[in-house]
Amino acid sequence: MTAGLWEHWLLPGIWITIQLTLYSALFATAVAFGIGILRTSRLWIVRFLTGCYVEIFRGTSALVLMFWLFFVMPLGFEMQLVPMWAAVLALGLTYGAYGSEIVRGALAAVAPAQREAAIALSFTPAQRMRRVILPQAIPEMIPPFNNLLIELLKATALVSAVSVADITFAAQLSRLATGESLEIYSIILGLYFVLAFILTRLMRLLERKAKANIGQAPPKSGLVTRKLSAQQETAQSSGTVVSGGAQ
Amino acid sequence: MTWDWDVAKDFLPELLDGLLITLQATALGSVLAFALGLVWAMALRSPTRFVRWPVGVFVEFIRNTPLLVQLFFFYWVLPTWDIKFSALTTGVVALGLHYSTYIAEVYRAGIDGVPVGQWEAATALSLPRGRTWFMVILPQAIRRVVPALGNYVIAMLKDSPMIALIGVTDMLQNARSEGATSFQYIEPYTMVGIAFILISYPASLLMRALERRLGH
Repeated sequence: MTAGLWEHWLLPGIWITIQLTLYSALFATAVAFGIGILRTSRLWIVRFLTGCYVEIFRGTSALVLMFWLFFVMPLGFEMQLVPMWAAVLALGLTYGAYGSEIVRGALAAVAPAQREAAIALSFTPAQRMRRVILPQAIPEMIPPFNNLLIELLKATALVSAVSVADITFAAQLSRLATGESLEIYSIILGLYFVLAFILTRLMRLLERKAKANIGQAPPKSGLVTRKLSAQQETAQSSGTVVSGGAQ
Repeated sequence: MTWDWDVAKDFLPELLDGLLITLQATALGSVLAFALGLVWAMALRSPTRFVRWPVGVFVEFIRNTPLLVQLFFFYWVLPTWDIKFSALTTGVVALGLHYSTYIAEVYRAGIDGVPVGQWEAATALSLPRGRTWFMVILPQAIRRVVPALGNYVIAMLKDSPMIALIGVTDMLQNARSEGATSFQYIEPYTMVGIAFILISYPASLLMRALERRLGH
């Protein structure tokens, strides 16, 4: 690979991939908490509508959704999105739906006595959620969110298909320019692995902080992927099943 | 939004052709993933670290890098080594390899769940290693992870449109070429999206039911 390709395509590509991951993760987190909390609502219509959202966006493929937003939105609804934002929207909506299952599961896992105690102390529902339930649920969410974040990072490679100039797009251009496929794709795979590794480390840090806040120590775990028990694996893969991969 | 039923009707045969390819890729990819996953899971329990470490690093690497880039890697690099596959075969190999690393983790969890007494009993009966694995441990291990395996098949189905990007004529690719030739984008893409929901939602319900039946 020549210096020019590095400077003009690959380095900006890395920045685009980081931005995409960051924006989609923020959007997906907002969606996940919004939908996840609404799914515990007392009104059946709210539960039904949010359930429909989750099933639709978990059921379809992120790539198809991206193409749909990119090609059908401008024609059907006369809304032309900048490719970058169409990509963030598609990734955020899809991974938000997966994430909402994590949020719902973690909220349900908080001991019922905690909720009852908050009711007995006449906390309002909002106070109950913010002061009692969420602080205990969030540390539980971080490990599955970590897996989902890696999936999201991997899914950002899809945006090259709607011509957003991310790392994968830069790789395609470099391959066309130089024909050194082996070298280029090996570098790109290595780059993604390094990014995934950094994200995992950051999430571990976050987990340790969050657990320390409620007086727990984080479990020991492997280099990158967290080992799961048989039960968790089943629960997790059925709960949060995977679009761009798994967990 | 103007929905044209005539366009939808014209696209339907192509959608079904594409669906066949999509299902074919998913089915073949799953078989490959189940087999390779077992190889990784058994290698990761090998007594010597000279097997465990390289396999561990390889599995982590495949699992933490994007399937799309791996797909491009196989599609563009293998021919330079004089290994020539059709686009569909390349797609199946990439899907199978990528998901085998997830499946290995599922098997591992299942194998860990088999009580130690089963291993000890096999040793006490001096069963050979092969029989211990295939007649005692794996039947029990796999039974409890069937729903998880099924969920990965559904996940693979939803990742399979990526093979359209190396030119396999699956559902997405047919929608893309329909759009490119007739400028009809709305109906084909919407139909492909709905087709995925129609397949994966019942499949996930099935897995949930299975989970309850096999459950604890």
